[in-house]
Amino acid sequence: MHRIAIVGGGTGGTVLANRLASELRTEIEDGEVEVRLITADPNHVYKPTFLYVPFGKKTVDDATRPIEELIDSRVTLTIDEVTDVNTDRNRLSLADRTTSLRYDQLVLATGATLEPEAVPGLAEGGHHFYGPDGAEALRDELAEFTEGHLVLSVVGVPHMCPAAPVEFTLMVDDWLRERGRRADVDITYTYPINRAHGLESIADWATDRFEERGIDVETFFNVDEIDPESEVVETVEGTELEYDLFVAIPPHRGSDLVADAGLGDDGWVDVDRHTLEATATEDVYAIGDAADVPTSKAGSVAHYEAGVVADRIASRARGQTPTATYDGKTVCFLEAGMDEATFIEFEYGEEPYVREPSKPLHWAKLGYNESYWLTARGLL
Amino acid sequence: MTDTPTSDVTIDSKDASCPGPLMDLIGKVKTLDSGTVVELQTTERNSTTDVPEWLEEAGHELLEIEERDEYWSIYLEVN
Ligand SMILES: Cc1cc2nc3c(=O)[nH]c(=O)nc-3n(C[C@H](O)[C@H](O)[C@H](O)COP(=O)(O)OP(=O)(O)OC[C@H]3O[C@@H](n4cnc5c(N)ncnc54)[C@H](O)[C@@H]3O)c2cc1C
Repeated sequence: MHRIAIVGGGTGGTVLANRLASELRTEIEDGEVEVRLITADPNHVYKPTFLYVPFGKKTVDDATRPIEELIDSRVTLTIDEVTDVNTDRNRLSLADRTTSLRYDQLVLATGATLEPEAVPGLAEGGHHFYGPDGAEALRDELAEFTEGHLVLSVVGVPHMCPAAPVEFTLMVDDWLRERGRRADVDITYTYPINRAHGLESIADWATDRFEERGIDVETFFNVDEIDPESEVVETVEGTELEYDLFVAIPPHRGSDLVADAGLGDDGWVDVDRHTLEATATEDVYAIGDAADVPTSKAGSVAHYEAGVVADRIASRARGQTPTATYDGKTVCFLEAGMDEATFIEFEYGEEPYVREPSKPLHWAKLGYNESYWLTARGLL
Repeated sequence: MTDTPTSDVTIDSKDASCPGPLMDLIGKVKTLDSGTVVELQTTERNSTTDVPEWLEEAGHELLEIEERDEYWSIYLEVN
C-alpha cells in the first residue's frame, strides 16, 4: 500500500486531497493507494470572507463549513493535530493517538499563523480582520467609530493575501463616505518598505487611488511598539503616529511543526519553487502559505500548487517520473471600494498589470467567493 | 581597492524576491546591539538601492556594497 498523507485541511490541503481522490480513484478502490487528510479543525475556513465581516456584509459563519462535507469519500479523513514529523522514519505523530502514522509521500499544507504578540502592545491596542474573532471585534468597533484617526498598518511581511490591506483601506474609505462620516475621519495607510506595496504596479496603482481619496500614506514604517494607553504607534525608524482606531495586518509565522522537523526556519518549508519538494529531505512537499516560494501567500497559489503536487504525487504512486511544475501562477481580485474591483495575474519574476476597476469585476469576486465551495470540492 | 568589512552577523537572503531581503534585514536589525556589523547577501538588484535608503531613514550606517559573482553583499553598522 502506497500511503499519501496531507497535513492541513485549508484551501491547499482540501483541493489536493480531492484531486488525488479523483486522479487515483482506481488505485484507491483496488486498495493499492491510501490518501489521508489529517487536519486539526473539523471545519474548513474560507478566510477571504473575513474581509467583508467588518463592514457587516458577511458573517463568520459564512466562512465556515464542516470539512467532512467538502472531502471526497475516497479520502481517509482524520481530525487531529499532527505534533511531530519524523522525516528519517517517514512517520507522523498525532495529538490523540498513541501510534504514529507511516507515509510514503507527505504534503504539508499547514498554512500561516497570526502572531500579534510579536509586537509589544499590538494584541491589546490593535484590531485586525485576519481571523474570526478579530473581524467581529473590528465590525463592532467600526459600527461605533464616527470620528478620529484610523490607521491601517501592514506590520508583518509576508502576510496572507497581499491585496487585503489595500482593499480594506479603499473599502473603509468608501464605507465611511456612504455613511456620511468620511469628513470626520482621517485615514492613514502604512507600509514597511519605501513604497505602498511590495509589488510595484500595485504600489503605483494604490498610491494614485489613495491620493484621489485623501488617504495619507506613510512608507518605511516598521511598527516597533504600540502604546494602547496613549494610543500611539512607534516605529523602528523613529516615527510616532497617534491613532484612534489601529487596524493591523499582524505579523505571520509558519508552523512550529515545520521548524521542529528541520524543514525551514520561521515555520515556512524550504522547497524547490518549481517542484514544491522540500529541500531538506525526500518524500515531502509543501503547498499554500506553508511553502516558502517567491510569490504571494494567496488561496489561488495554494490552489495551483495543489494541482501540480497532485500530478507529481500520482505519477510517483504509479511508479512514473513526475514532470508537472509550478511557474508561480498567482491570481488576485482586488476590491477598489464597496462596489468595484480589479484583478491581477502573474508568474514568477513578472510584474502584474493592474486593470481599470469595474463593477463587473466586483461581482466576479463575490461570485468566486460563493463558488469557492465547489472549487474546494474539486468540481471547479 | 577597498577593504571588505568584517561582519558579526550574516543574513543570507539570496533568492528572496523583493521586498524579502529588506524585510529580512529590518527584522534582524531590531534584535541587534549598536555597533554590530551586518552583511546582507541578496540577489535582488533593487536591494542595492532600497536598503541604503532604509538605512538612512532608520539611522544606520551603510559601510560597503560589494558585487560578487552571483549576489551582492551589503555591509552596514547598526546604530
Ligand atoms: C482576510 C483575508 C483575505 C484573503 N483574501 C484572499 C483573496 O481574496 N484571494 C486569495 O487568493 N487569497 C486570499 N487570502 C489568503 C488565503 O486565505 C490563504 O492564502 C489560503 O487560505 C492558504 O491556504 P492553505 O491551505 O495554505 O492554508 P489554510 O487555508 O490556512 O489552511 C491550513 C490548515 O492547516 C491546519 N493545520 C495547521 N497546523 C496543523 C497541524 N499541526 N495538524 C493538523 N492540521 C493543521 C489548519 O487547521 C488549517 O485547516 C485571504 C486571507 C485573509 C486572512
